[in-house]
Amino acid sequence: MTTLTDPPKESFRLSMLLYDSRYRSMTIQIIVLMGFMLGAAWLINNARINLAEAGKPITFGFLWEPSGYDINQRLIDYSSRSTHARAAVVGILNTLLVAVMGCLTATIIGVLIGVLRLSKNWMVSRLAAVYVEGLRNVPVLLWIVLTMAIMAEFMPQPREFRGENPSARMYLFDSVAITNRGVYIPEPKFTNGLGDIPVAMSLRPDQCESYLEGGELADSCGLFQISLDLWLIIAVLLAGIFVAKLNTMRANRIQAATGERPNTLWVNLAVIVLPTLAVLWYLGFYLERPVLKGFNFRGGIHMRNSLIALWLALSLYTGAFIAEIVRAGILAIPKGQSEAAAALGLRQGKIMRLVILPQAWRVIFPPLISQFLNLTKNSSLAIAVGYMDVTGTLGGITLNQTGREMETVLLLMLVYLIISLTVSAVMNAYNKRNALKER
Amino acid sequence: MSMQETAYVRTEMLPEREPPSLNTGPIGWIRANLFPNWFSSLLTLASLFIIYKLLAAFIPWAFGGVWNASSLKECREILQGVDAACWAVIHERFWQLMYGFYPDNLYWRPNLALVMLIVALVPVLFEGAPRKLLAVTIATPFIGPWLLWGGTIWTPVAAALGFVVGYIVYKLIAGALSDLAGLVLGPLAAVLWWILLAGRFSDLMAGILPLGLQPVESRKFGGFMLAVTLGITGIAASFPLGIILALGRQSHLVIVKTLSVGFIEFIRGVPLITLLFVAQVMLAYFLPRGTQFDIILRVMIMITLFSAAYMAEVIRGGLAALPKGQYEAADALGLNYWQAQRLIIMPQALKIAIPGIVSTFIGLFKDTTLVSIIGLADPLGWVKLIQADAAWNGIVWELYGFVAFVFFIVCFSMSRYSMYLERKLETGHK
Repeated sequence: MTTLTDPPKESFRLSMLLYDSRYRSMTIQIIVLMGFMLGAAWLINNARINLAEAGKPITFGFLWEPSGYDINQRLIDYSSRSTHARAAVVGILNTLLVAVMGCLTATIIGVLIGVLRLSKNWMVSRLAAVYVEGLRNVPVLLWIVLTMAIMAEFMPQPREFRGENPSARMYLFDSVAITNRGVYIPEPKFTNGLGDIPVAMSLRPDQCESYLEGGELADSCGLFQISLDLWLIIAVLLAGIFVAKLNTMRANRIQAATGERPNTLWVNLAVIVLPTLAVLWYLGFYLERPVLKGFNFRGGIHMRNSLIALWLALSLYTGAFIAEIVRAGILAIPKGQSEAAAALGLRQGKIMRLVILPQAWRVIFPPLISQFLNLTKNSSLAIAVGYMDVTGTLGGITLNQTGREMETVLLLMLVYLIISLTVSAVMNAYNKRNALKER
Repeated sequence: MSMQETAYVRTEMLPEREPPSLNTGPIGWIRANLFPNWFSSLLTLASLFIIYKLLAAFIPWAFGGVWNASSLKECREILQGVDAACWAVIHERFWQLMYGFYPDNLYWRPNLALVMLIVALVPVLFEGAPRKLLAVTIATPFIGPWLLWGGTIWTPVAAALGFVVGYIVYKLIAGALSDLAGLVLGPLAAVLWWILLAGRFSDLMAGILPLGLQPVESRKFGGFMLAVTLGITGIAASFPLGIILALGRQSHLVIVKTLSVGFIEFIRGVPLITLLFVAQVMLAYFLPRGTQFDIILRVMIMITLFSAAYMAEVIRGGLAALPKGQYEAADALGLNYWQAQRLIIMPQALKIAIPGIVSTFIGLFKDTTLVSIIGLADPLGWVKLIQADAAWNGIVWELYGFVAFVFFIVCFSMSRYSMYLERKLETGHK
């Protein structure tokens, strides 16, 4: 029996830091880390000295001072007496608003154009290709300012809607007005709504006194207020979808047991739609139309030119990229898949729904999300047309009024970073769950 | 029973018949591609209608336009109510859209720089070009900026000498000590040269032999010249930086990897405009007091960092797509890390990544328009300036159309070139 002996112990020499692969990676990393820390320390020290000399050491106190400027397009209550922090929140909500709207329309445009580009019809596929190449080879900023200019220069003025024979007219049964001041659309309202409830009342207790005594709810009460009507509708809708899902699962079980699938479409539709309609009826839902009064339209929702320009341009531009993603996703599925499905006896629609799309979806999903993120980041170009997103409020007027470049720009970056990282974290989780299970 | 006895078997071939005339030629093609069924026919008709509408609006407007006028009002008087383009604005402001406020007697300098750049790109882009042109490729990064900004010739010479110094130090140290030490100390020596000695050297030499061009300030740069300058520098600088970041992200060294990932994800998580804000208002705070730093240079740095992060992700995709066997084979041959990267890994990974790299370049070139938001006069900035002029107030389509057209030409040719490159480098195995 042989015994293993330890190899002779080598004494450590300095040159081993460079030549011994066990230590070399350590050496490199320590050098890199030291270089990085030195560089960072140098930059931060410079900033500290410069800021101290300019008399503005980093503080975020300015966020709680009154902002002194107005924001015309907003989702929550805000006035020029509100704080800079609230202005930033209004901006963040505006960013999210245009991002969500843009993602929805861009997806619709993208899927449509992508499918058209795959069409066997030569002219249609060429036209779709022209759309894609034309849109994506020109800067998005140009599309945004061009759309803005078209809205402002070529759309009719509100006064042109007036009179016996107006030169401009409203669309969709007199409910939508497109003017050079923006687009007016009907606003959903409730005759016997449940009202709002304030959140975090303790923040401004003095503003909430009348509400707590059972009276009027002041706009400034609480950090923000949520509409009970909206939540009720959403809750009912979600419950309906949940029940529909249960029904589908039941159908799946029956199909697995007997081979016969009960028709679920009508039951599911009824379960989702009917309760929602009932709630809407109970709340007294109606649409308030914009009406021309004096020099301008009153009532309804006023979407400013800047919002419309940003939304349209971002959707059209991102739509071109999404079209390419959709096309590539569908083309990525080997022809054998649809042939095999056909051999199993599936019909054309089912081949698409059960075989092609689930596989194409896996290819499409990650780049699609990254396009959504691009759209969200591109929405910061709002500042070029004066839409008050978070770049316009926090990184625009707040920066100029307070002169706190360092704090505002860092906060601004943080906001976008949080949005991006959250979305990509959710996406990664989803991807992991839906990844192909390979053996 | 033999064949001959069956009466109904032909003994000779029939002559070939023409295919049905409806299925061949142009008619057949139209039937198959435009009108195969009622739905497709409907789509074709709808497309034809759209194309007709667009052309019917565009052609009379564009070709009936006015080329000589000094204001929009004059244009409208000439047109007398006809709806047509007022190209006069392009005619009158063409040089500003192209060069901004660059002195017009010096236009030859950016032109020459552009020609030099094109000549420099030829040996890089096309394989058949003479190798001697590579000398131009090496000289352009130094001569080009000198042509644009002017000043003494000794500044670019001093900058180029930095590389020479770095290389000599690397060679000496690599010979005497080790490769790794050379890789650390060589660049260090170059950086020290640039920071400490280059300025004095160029001042000294300029005192001895004053050769130079008339200096042009950055704020006079504008129009497409500015966009191209920003785009080219961004592309040239972000590519190597992107490779380094991608390698860093793929590295086994934890600290290097963490730093790379942090940098890439941070940059990709924020919009470019916030980085331009940093260039505009914050960068000065991070540098020693009194450092005068040109706004265009600051913007260039930020654009480069921005697209380097995207480039890194594209190249990482190429690296990840490479089969593991390639890395192992390189190891088995006894190549060290850098040799393996240079000879085996990078050529293949970059080939895979070409479409992504080119679309990053295109994105970068398009993103240079964002500088108009922070007040630089790029083409879109100039459109704003011209629109603000009382003579051209209210003009929209002509200006945006022209700028969009130029961007389209440049970006579209880049994407076509990438397709050509993909086909050229296709070796049949993936």
